[in-house]
Amino acid sequence: MGRYVIRRLLQAIPVLLGATLLIFAIVFALPGDPIRALAGEKPPSPQVVEVLREQYHLNDPLLLQYWYYISGVLFRGDFGTTFQNVPVGDLMKATFPTTLQLALTALMIQAVIGVGLGLWAALRRGKAEDTMILASTLILISVPTLVSGFVLQLLLGVKLGLFPIAGTSEGWYSFLLPGFVLAGGSIAYLTRLTRTSLVETLRSDYIRTAVAKGMNRRRVVGRHGLRNALIPLVTFLGADLGNLMGGAVITERIFNINGVGSLLIRGVYERQQPIVVGVVTALVLVYILANLVVDLMYAVLDPRIRYE
Amino acid sequence: MSSSVASPPQSGGRHQKKQNDKPASLWSDAWYDLRRKPAFVISAILIGVLLLMAIWPTLFSSVDPRACDLSVARQAPSAGHLFGRDNLGCDVYSRTIHAARNSIVIGVLTTVLVAVIGGLLGMVAAFYASMTDTVLSRLTEIFFAIPGILGALLIASTFRDQINSILLVIVSLTVLSWPMTFRIMRAAVITAKNQDFVVAARALGAGPSRLMFRHLLPNALAPVIVVSTINLGVFIAAEAALSFLGVGVQSPDISWGLMISDARDRFLDAPLPLIFPAVFLSITVLAFIMLGDAVRDALDPKLR
Repeated sequence: MGRYVIRRLLQAIPVLLGATLLIFAIVFALPGDPIRALAGEKPPSPQVVEVLREQYHLNDPLLLQYWYYISGVLFRGDFGTTFQNVPVGDLMKATFPTTLQLALTALMIQAVIGVGLGLWAALRRGKAEDTMILASTLILISVPTLVSGFVLQLLLGVKLGLFPIAGTSEGWYSFLLPGFVLAGGSIAYLTRLTRTSLVETLRSDYIRTAVAKGMNRRRVVGRHGLRNALIPLVTFLGADLGNLMGGAVITERIFNINGVGSLLIRGVYERQQPIVVGVVTALVLVYILANLVVDLMYAVLDPRIRYE
Repeated sequence: MSSSVASPPQSGGRHQKKQNDKPASLWSDAWYDLRRKPAFVISAILIGVLLLMAIWPTLFSSVDPRACDLSVARQAPSAGHLFGRDNLGCDVYSRTIHAARNSIVIGVLTTVLVAVIGGLLGMVAAFYASMTDTVLSRLTEIFFAIPGILGALLIASTFRDQINSILLVIVSLTVLSWPMTFRIMRAAVITAKNQDFVVAARALGAGPSRLMFRHLLPNALAPVIVVSTINLGVFIAAEAALSFLGVGVQSPDISWGLMISDARDRFLDAPLPLIFPAVFLSITVLAFIMLGDAVRDALDPKLR
């Protein structure tokens, strides 16, 4: 177990550095002068330019610039500053909890609906319910967030008045609809995964033994089947947290939620590269960490992994 | 491909053809299955109509999509303007039809690029193994750590105004998506590589390129085709998302994502200019994903 954990941690380091370097390089390796862009119409004096270049390490080679940036992020939580000298870290601190709440709501919704539907489909395999559930997952996967977001906002928010249309003023309740929209495709994947996993588990020998012992169906499915089928589901849910945080950009824009995605879009519109790089870097860190935790959890849940 | 002597019998050939006694190949077997699937027929018809729309939009609408008149903005649907007019008074029906081309072009080109780049690298990595494989595989892990839409947003926002917006969308999506095809191709080639017919071909003196393209490729192609079909739908949705966020297709080009973005401000009192492109977008994505699902079921004998 210990060796597995250490190996997995060591593997994460090059991925983390590589991914953040890639992001940094895409945005900052461009021809063109960020100081010029910063100054706008009026060209600044050469002395000012020189001081600014020195301050932002623009005279150093790219790898060194990257090192200044990533060491600041990892060791001091410093994501640099915007062109107006506002720390990007502070902007993210104000918006991150909102996005996390949205992503967690989506995760919960998808766990309840996805596992529920998958369980139902698996137990009624080959029957009408199964076919209908599978067909509806196809539709869930196919309708982009962009479409489901606006349509549900109009139908459930405006026409029926069941949910708030925008913003987060009503606490958890206002996250329900955006959470469902964000979870959309993942609900479908989770349903299919639950169904496949459970169908496979229910075929195994120990289930047959349990049935042969005369154990009742509820206990066989719940205790023996579901518990073992759960392993791939937990890993999917964990890995999906990072995806949901990244995918929240669109949902947040549709429902006017002031999260990290909205901050990212603001950075894109205002051409504030430090915001863009900061937000994407932070989200990628979350993504990598979520995957790491899932892999470690996998080893805890499934003893077969540890002894590899 | 069915007559290729080099390709080994891949499936038992459940459906023997009457006129020859050769066992059916994986492909003709799959084709036999597909033609009988309603999901395949429906998606094929939908895609056919969409392709026609992309190639020849004036067949569906004679109204100029760029002829706009502010005085009739958000006009309700009428006989000449089936879907009504949008915020700038342009005909929504005509714009929705004309947008199909950009979506299809972006979807198809991205899919082809991703399949070729990811597929080639995947095959090379699996074939040469050792260092080549290690380096390429580590590289894909780095790309995998960046959630797709974020990475594409990053690239598209950085290079916008510098190259053509449609080209930029294709490049942004390709850069982030090739690793998936890489993994699938790599896994398929590794499985095929050690089979007897490959060893035999190698013993007969076949060179690397002959081994790869004549023997390994036909046997590793099926999973790549499946994932590419599904990806086509995913890329079309991604294009719409990028355009909606303002870093994809730019006006005066037309795209469903852009139409949704434009209609957004007045959506709550004039929903139709948003709903129509949204419906077309969803149906297009559905058609490709449904096709991918059907092709997977037909090509994967294990699921039978």
